Amino acid sequence: MEAHITPVRTYFLVYLALLLLLALTIGLAFVDLGFLNEVIAMTIAIIKATLVILYFMHVRGSSQLTKLFVFAGFFWLLILVSLTLTDYVTRPK
Amino acid sequence: MTDLSYPDVHHVQTPQESLELNRLGLWVFLASEVMFFGGIFAVYIIYRYLFPQAFAEASKYLDVTLGSINTAVLLTSSLTMALAVNAIQRGKQRRLVIFLVITIFLGLVFLGIKGLEYVHKINEGLFPGAMFVYEGTQPLQARVFFSLYFGMTGLHAVHMIIGILVMAILAFLAWRGRFSIESYVPVELTGLYWHFVDIVWIFLFPLLYLIDRA
Repeated sequence: MEAHITPVRTYFLVYLALLLLLALTIGLAFVDLGFLNEVIAMTIAIIKATLVILYFMHVRGSSQLTKLFVFAGFFWLLILVSLTLTDYVTRPK
Repeated sequence: MTDLSYPDVHHVQTPQESLELNRLGLWVFLASEVMFFGGIFAVYIIYRYLFPQAFAEASKYLDVTLGSINTAVLLTSSLTMALAVNAIQRGKQRRLVIFLVITIFLGLVFLGIKGLEYVHKINEGLFPGAMFVYEGTQPLQARVFFSLYFGMTGLHAVHMIIGILVMAILAFLAWRGRFSIESYVPVELTGLYWHFVDIVWIFLFPLLYLIDRA
């Protein structure tokens, strides 16, 4: 099979990045940055998820159609969460 | 009679095309999983927005050390799964079996640590059932947090158990020499599923364990 084979070195580099990001998210959680704590934690989680999707799940070397499905799946989630929140955020307390 | 307007009917798929189509199909399934977990994440976000203090307080009852170790274990299992797929892409059947077994082992370690955490929480009376005991200021709201904690991590654990069972079958088939450089679609697809379960945990860990630790 003429598969697009990722070099093993790439997997170890991605793994190293994931572990460093994990250490970073744990460390920063114990530093008081106000509302930025939540923003940073979610940003790091999104970066980690993107690394897993692109490299471990081979989406980087996949067809345009597969990429579209991946994008759509997560984009729908964004719609689900943001439209739901428009209700709760705008309710009188 | 041959209908010439459909020239692709007799098109024979190459193994590479077959792999790509299978991958696409699994992503359709994963998109449905994104919606499945996404609905529960939306519930979490709404309640955290409504009860910020109670969630911050209740989150401190969780063990960050065990949670961190488990995150590292799961990330490592994703690496070994990627290496398992990589092994069979290069035709290394023995290496495939070894990496599948390591991945299963790491999955079991994760579930073991998770089980330990559950036992601790249940002994402390933090399971949101009839015996729920909570010393903090907002027990009713904290109860929502612990319902979400047990619900979300429980559903995640069920996904892991399914993944481990599938990998056990794959490891057995791989040991029997069922997969080759020409044919390894089930290995690739199980890998995608396992990495997805990893991604769910990548979000669960900061949302449940790391609220307001500063």
